[in-house]
Amino acid sequence: MFTYMMYGLAVFALGASWVKDRQRSRQALRKSWRALNNMLPEFTAILVLVGLVVTLLTPETISRFLGDNSGFLGMIATAFVGAITLIPGFVAFPLAATLLDHGAGIMQIGVFVSTLMMVGVVTAPLEIKYFGKKETLMRNGLSFLLAFAVAYGLGVLV
Amino acid sequence: MEFLKRYRLLWIFAGFSVVAAVLRPDIAPRLWQNTASNFLEMLAVIPPIFVLLGLLDVWVPKDTVMKWMGDTSGIIGVALSIVLGASSAGPLYGAFPFAAVMLKKGVRLRNVVVFLSAWATLKVPMFLFELSALGPRFAVTRWLLNLPVILLIGWVVERSMTAEQSESLRDQATALAG
Repeated sequence: MFTYMMYGLAVFALGASWVKDRQRSRQALRKSWRALNNMLPEFTAILVLVGLVVTLLTPETISRFLGDNSGFLGMIATAFVGAITLIPGFVAFPLAATLLDHGAGIMQIGVFVSTLMMVGVVTAPLEIKYFGKKETLMRNGLSFLLAFAVAYGLGVLV
Repeated sequence: MEFLKRYRLLWIFAGFSVVAAVLRPDIAPRLWQNTASNFLEMLAVIPPIFVLLGLLDVWVPKDTVMKWMGDTSGIIGVALSIVLGASSAGPLYGAFPFAAVMLKKGVRLRNVVVFLSAWATLKVPMFLFELSALGPRFAVTRWLLNLPVILLIGWVVERSMTAEQSESLRDQATALAG
């Protein structure tokens, strides 16, 4: 759905640009290709790694793993699982809902959802390539730590 | 040879997968299926993103971007970064090339980090999913709690960089922006 919107937008924008200035539009497409080509080595590598991680860490594996752990240690374990995995929202949220039904705590689910979305261990090589080691370490590290604050807030408020 | 070297990370990770498939033949079909669907998803999602990036790069003047999101853009720059990030769709790696063009155009580092974090955690399409799966109370509370968190992250990341570090970060991203 959103992909179609992106295509619609891109086709419309390129059409408008083409009518206005062909030379410039060609230049834009050359830039598009160069930007894509720069990203491709790490990007394809990440797609392969994500394929492997998703295969090994299935929703069943994750729920079995999280089911046995509770309390603060459980939260830390959950945070690590969330940081490493990169699963799309339409898989993650139903999984989180199931875990809640099976007795997982709000805080644990909060930390899982937060780290899942904000911390990307698997995508770190690409982030390093774009923004360097320091930015990658700081952004992911802070996101990891603050996921606990968000989880605590959720535990108190929800 | 140059090609082999440029893609070395790909060969390494592909090696991991081959080893996993040999050690666990039972998961091999699913491994292949998951990896192939990742590539198909990329082929579907990537073309419009990069076409739009190229167009943004040639049509949107640097001065305009700097005025709205640059060093002196203040709260408006932060708000724009949040709106841009939250109205996106797709996985976080789709945000990196966008953020690179933003850096090239002179967007303040703090705003770029806020944009990346908003893309990661405040995305509206994903929020709608969360709403239906975990309920409005959880989803809305999490969204609101994440808002100050990403502002803090942007602020701390920017503060932690020396002038030379942020400059070299900007150069690195600019070189990749195309």
